[in-house]
This record gives sequence, structure tokens and C-alpha cells, in this order.
Amino acid sequence: MMQSRSWKEYLITHMVKVSGYSAIIFVVMIFIFLLREGSATIIEVPLKSLLSTRWYPIEGYFGILPLIGGSIIVTIGATLIAVPLGVCCAIFIAEIAPRWVREILKPLVELLAGLPSVMLGFLGILVIAPAVRQILNVPTGLTAFTGAMLLAGMAIPTIVSVAEDALDSVPRTYRDASLAMGATKWQTIWRVTLPAARSGVLTAVMLGVGRTIGETMTVMMVTGNAPVMPTGLGSLFRPARTMTATIAAEMGEVASGSVHYHTLFFIGIVLFAISLLINLVAARIVFRQQKRAERILS
Amino acid sequence: METPTIANSGRKPQSKILIEDLTVCYSDGTESLRQINLAIPENAITVLFGPAGGGKSTLLRTINRLNDLADVVELTGHLYLDGRDVLAKDCDVIALRRNIGMVFARPVVLPMSIRQNLTYSLELAGIHDSTRLNQAVEESLNAAALWEEVQDRLDEPAVKLSGGQQQRLCIARALVLKPEVILLDEPTSGLDPISTGKVESSLQTLKEDYTIVLVPHSVQQAARVADYAAFMLDGRMIEYAEGKLLFTNPKDQRTEDYVEGRFG
Amino acid sequence: MTDSASTPSKARPRNTKRRNLIQRLGYMGMILAAAITVAPIILIVVYIYSRGLPAISLEFLSAMPKDGMRAGGIFPAIVGTFWLTIGTGVIAVPLGVGAAIYLSEYAPDNRWTRTIRIAIINLAGIPSVVYGLFGLGLFVLFLHFGTSILAGSLTLAIMTIPVIISTSEEALRAVPNSFRVVSISVGGTRWQTIQRIVLPQALPGILTGVILGLERAAGETAPILFTVASFFLPRLPASIFDATMALPYHLFVISTQVPGMPIKIQYGTAVVLLTFVLIMNGFATVIRSRARARRQW
Repeated sequence: MMQSRSWKEYLITHMVKVSGYSAIIFVVMIFIFLLREGSATIIEVPLKSLLSTRWYPIEGYFGILPLIGGSIIVTIGATLIAVPLGVCCAIFIAEIAPRWVREILKPLVELLAGLPSVMLGFLGILVIAPAVRQILNVPTGLTAFTGAMLLAGMAIPTIVSVAEDALDSVPRTYRDASLAMGATKWQTIWRVTLPAARSGVLTAVMLGVGRTIGETMTVMMVTGNAPVMPTGLGSLFRPARTMTATIAAEMGEVASGSVHYHTLFFIGIVLFAISLLINLVAARIVFRQQKRAERILS
Repeated sequence: METPTIANSGRKPQSKILIEDLTVCYSDGTESLRQINLAIPENAITVLFGPAGGGKSTLLRTINRLNDLADVVELTGHLYLDGRDVLAKDCDVIALRRNIGMVFARPVVLPMSIRQNLTYSLELAGIHDSTRLNQAVEESLNAAALWEEVQDRLDEPAVKLSGGQQQRLCIARALVLKPEVILLDEPTSGLDPISTGKVESSLQTLKEDYTIVLVPHSVQQAARVADYAAFMLDGRMIEYAEGKLLFTNPKDQRTEDYVEGRFG
Repeated sequence: MTDSASTPSKARPRNTKRRNLIQRLGYMGMILAAAITVAPIILIVVYIYSRGLPAISLEFLSAMPKDGMRAGGIFPAIVGTFWLTIGTGVIAVPLGVGAAIYLSEYAPDNRWTRTIRIAIINLAGIPSVVYGLFGLGLFVLFLHFGTSILAGSLTLAIMTIPVIISTSEEALRAVPNSFRVVSISVGGTRWQTIQRIVLPQALPGILTGVILGLERAAGETAPILFTVASFFLPRLPASIFDATMALPYHLFVISTQVPGMPIKIQYGTAVVLLTFVLIMNGFATVIRSRARARRQW
């Protein structure tokens, strides 16, 4: 019986270990396959053309700058809306709301996180875009701004849940000490709790931004899909096109192996690199905060 | 190292555990052991006492190889249980741990019923016959002086017991596999005086059948229960003698200072 | 901030009044933020149900579509999403929970483990459309699976694994370490400890993570755009090598690509999708609160 037990133990330990390492394998595979189809672009499309501001594949213009610009402006807009709302909502849930309110709010925010992007895009087309057109008096409601609003709605649950976790894990003693010195609860939140949870909140924001950059369906449905280089703040209220929407919209119509096909994969590599960067920075912050906490508590 | 002669009888008790030149170092340098030599007699209560960080818990955990879970960078020396070195590579650690019962400082009851807390280790050892299980449950609860209080609620969650009851449940759990050695690491540190008294008197009964090594949570407890006592300071064994002798007439100045309460 | 001990007693009431006013305003601001965040959620649910419920009928849910999707039912889309979710689960759950067990119970604290964690964080951040490209490149083309449930499930699974890993690992780590120590001290092996104590205690948390992860996978459109989704299929999928319709993709197409699509059908499809989300979230919430109530530590 001892033999069979150690056999079983050995097998399970190794299966579990393989599962653990599978994550690395997946990342590498994704990178390889993106590279496989997208690296041809470097050869096929001259760099000057790639970095021009005209994206019109049918006539051979593969300038990806308007797409990057579209992604940036939509992301900035969404971040400006989502970060204040999300962080304040997190503060409300973690520090101010009474228990029964928390029990209602948290599932609701979780519900928002579960709403499929296509559903928000759907509502965007039918409800939000017409409203934007009427209220802001613009020719069409399918603008970067509309996309930014909906994206904010998708980023907020991420920001709220991560930030709320971070605020929650600030030790009680910090708050108690501040209150004991005569500070109000409000002052305690802003001068003690929030700074203590600083890195967690920052991570929350970065994850939210990451989610925003990566969103596809919502932006594809409501930003108007016009690959025009955004110039200045006014273009927020005009149609735009993100990198993600470009891939989703055009992939279905390209011939496999064509320049257009390779360029779409190339855009995928750019997106992969951007999300890698954001996540590495966010991870750095978390690891550094953990190390510091270990030193303090040991 | 020689086991101390028992006064008046000239008899040397059997040494159940023999520790030779044991050195244990953790990666962060805390609570290490340096060149420990100790003989622990059979069927008696041996007490390891001293100020915090002296290595008492480390020594306890080396005996049942619980140290394997921790970050140990150096481990030399020998620890013989009934003549066999438990630190040797071919030692069956699972069987060793079944032969040694351990009680920790804070009562840790598993998230199961009282009965299941006790049958857990039996089932791990492959015993599934329900008559045997029930018998073992009753015997060990009796030995831990807990049977009367819980006999009609064995299937309730163990977490509903009071602190003192939980700790006695942990003692019962340590006994259920009929080990030869029981290790207790500050078993009464969270308990009220009445529970403490119950635990201490159970130990006096248990020592007739088991070899007991105890880390007390106070010098007074050490003086109350020790048949043999070892004073440990900074990872070294300073002095070891019969309980009565050590506390009334310590030979080393440091031992005397600690017993008298001049530091700690 | 003025030291109240040195402030003359006449000034103190004014100071406190001002601080309390700031607090009052601040609280109102926070409440406003929460309200702005949460009100739309409720509005969305109410709005979709009010517009879409009239379209729901047994026929809508169980019949095949007719007239280029403009009439009839959405049964194939429901079936397709069902199979995709199961396929994703079959692949993602063992790998994800296994990896979580490895990270929580076995992994040493070295560079390799850190690399795994970085890889997971990255997988979690990759945009869904990039997963679609990857799925196209590897499963559809390179491995010749074609546009199929197999390709779609594999793609969705890899996308879902990081979510399952992080929620499961959190659930496993929440189990007090003292339980593990006790189990080892009575002669248990590491796997016995995991199997008999750690996993059962972490199960509600793991289950919640799996439900929410699969719910997200079921609602995603971009990864299945090029790997499995088809708009008009006259029959249900017969094997994992068939393409299939899927609810989110269906909603996308009928709201953007088909002229003359009755609004009722669009909202009806949205209602089915929303109901699915609500049910899954409901399950997760119930499991979580029941587990919290029955926890024995």
C-alpha cells in the first residue's frame, strides 16, 4: 500500500506542476504565433508607410498611427471618467457605506463586471449614441466619447474591486491611531488609509486602463469606425477607430497571407506588447509593495 | 550525555530519545540550535524551558521532522528514537510522525466534527473499520479527560468547543494513534487556570504510558510538572537535571538567574 | 493642521464645524459617485427586460431561426454557447485549478515561480481580440481544426485560465496554514492534506471563480469571431469540429449587420444573454454567502 500511495502522490505532484508551468507555455505560444503571422509586415510594409496617418488598406495605405491614436483617445477619455468614479466608489464601499449597503453594492458592481461587452455595445447603439447626438448636438452619436463612456463602465468594476480590496487590507490600527489623534473619518481616509493603500489603488487603475485598451466589441459598435487621426480634444466628439476594432472588423474580410492580413497580426503584436508593458509595471508595483510590507512586519 | 541518576534509587531510566551534537539553522538565523546533547527518558515528563528564541520549539519540531516544512539551511547531528536516527535519509517520516503526537500552542481544531478530528489521522493510516474508529475515539477522549463533556455531541463541529476543550481535543488527537512520544509546545498558553490544571493532571496520568516532552509557558508550570528539566538559552543546552534538583539548586548561574526571574 | 491644544478655546468650535462640513460634503460626493456608478446597472437591467421580455416565448427559445434571422427562434445560438461553455470549462478548470494548487501548495519561492506568476498576469491582460488572432493562427490554421467548437473552446479556455488561477489561488491561500501543519504532524502527506482539508475548504471560493470565469468566456465575442462563430447555420453542430452560432456573436450581428431586423428580436436576444449572466452571478453570490455562514474557521 505504501508503494501505491507514493506512486499516486508522485503522479499528482507532477500533473500539478505541469499545470503550473502551462501558463508560461501559453504566453510563449501566443507570442510565437502572433510573430509568425505578423512579422512579415516589417518586410512588406515600409516603415514610413506603417507610421503614416492614413489607414486605407484597400488602396494599400497601412498607416497604423490613426488606429493607435484612436485607441489612445478613447482610453484617455475612459480613464478620465472611470478613475475618479471607480476610486470614489471603492472608497465609499470600503470606508463609508454601512454593512447593508455594501451587501447590495458589491453584487451590483460584480454584475456590471459580468455584462458582456457586446451587450453594452448594443445599448450604446440603440440608446447612448442617439442621446449623445441630441444632447451634444453633433452630426453622429457614434463618437470616441460614446466609446469612452461605455469603456469606463467596463473598467469601473475592475478598478472598484481591486481598489476596495486594497483599502480593506489596510490594517485597522492605522485608522484607529488616526481617529485617536482627533482626525475625522474623512481626514483619516484621505491622509492615512488611501496613502497606505496607494500601490493597490494604483494597480487597480492600471488594470482598469489595461482592460480599456483591450476592449474590442463595444468600441467597434459605437465609436463610428472611422480611422481618422485624432487631433486635439475636439476629436473626442468625432468618430474614431481603435486598434482592437480594426482587427475585429477587418479580419473577416482579408485574404489569408495578404499584406492586410499580416498587418492586422502586426497590430495584434503591438497590442500584446502594450498590455505586457502595463502588466509588468503593475506587477512591479505589487511585488515591491509586498517586499516592503514583509520588511515592516518582520 | 548521561541521563541523570534518580536520587535515592541509583537507577538510570531508559532513554527513549537520544540527541547527539544536533545543530539546526534556519535561513533567517532565528531560533537555531547549536550542538545540542540531550537524553530524554522514557515514561517521564521532560521539560524544555528558557527565554523566547532559545530553540525549544525548534528542538521539538526536529524530533518529529516537522522542520522539513521550514526553511532549514543546516542540519547536522543525530537524533535517535529507540536507537534509530530519525534524521537519516532512509527514515520513514510518515511512520515517524504517526508514532509521535504533537500539541501546539494555540488549539488548532480541524474544520470538522469532534469525531472526525480524531478519526482523521486514523483514516490517513488506512484504518476504516468503524468499531475500531469508535473505540479509538472514546479511548483517546478519556485519556484527555474530555469524554464526559462531549460524548453525546461527537458529531458537532469541533469549533464550537471552548478553548480549554479544544486544546484537550488536540491532546486526544495526539493520542489517537497510540504514539510512543508526545510533544507539547506551550499547550496551555491560551487557557484559563482551570483548564490548565486539567491538562497538567492529564499529563501526570499519561506519562505512565508515554514519553512526554513539554515546552512550558512559564517557569512555574515547568516546576510543577517536570520530572526532568533542561534549560535552553540561545540555542544551547545550558543545564539538564532532574526537575526537583534543577529548580531548587541550579548549578549554572544563568539557570539560576532565569528561574529566579532576573531575566526573561 | 492646527494643534487643538494650542488653539484658544474660542476658535475650536469653528474649526470642528468646518471639519464636519468638509466631511459631510465629502461623504455626499462619494455617495454621488457610487450612485452614478450603480444606477446605470439597474437601469440597464430594467430597460433590457422591459423591451425584450415581450419577445420571449417557448418558440423563441427553442426554434430555429427563419427568414435570415428576422423571425423564428435563436435555439442554435443558445446551443452553441452551451457547448462552447462546456468545452471551455473542460479544458480551463483542470488546468487552472491545478496550476492554482501548484502555486499555493507546492511551488518554491524561486525565480521560476515568479516567472509563472508574471506569465499569468500577462495572460490576464491580453486583449480578447488578440486571443482571437492567436486562436486563428494556431488552432484554426496551423493545426487545421478549422472554424470549430474545438478551436473556439481552446481559445476561450486559454483566455479563462488566468482568471480561474487567481481566484482559486486566493481561495486556497485563505485556508489557515495551521490546518496543513496539523495534518502533516499526524503523518499525512502533502497531497492527502490538500485532498482532505485544503481543497474542501477552498471549494466554495474556487467554484465562485470558475462560475464567474466561465460566464465571462460565454459572453465574449472577439475570441470566437474568427475561431468558431458563424452567423447563419441551417443546422445544429454535430461534432466539435463544426462551426456554430453563439449568443454574443448573434447579438452583435443582428444589431449591426442585418437590415430590417425587428427590434423585438434584438432585445429578446439581449434578454437571454442578460438572464444567463444574472443566473450565473446569482449562483456565485449564493455560494459565497452560504460558505461564509458555514465556515468553521
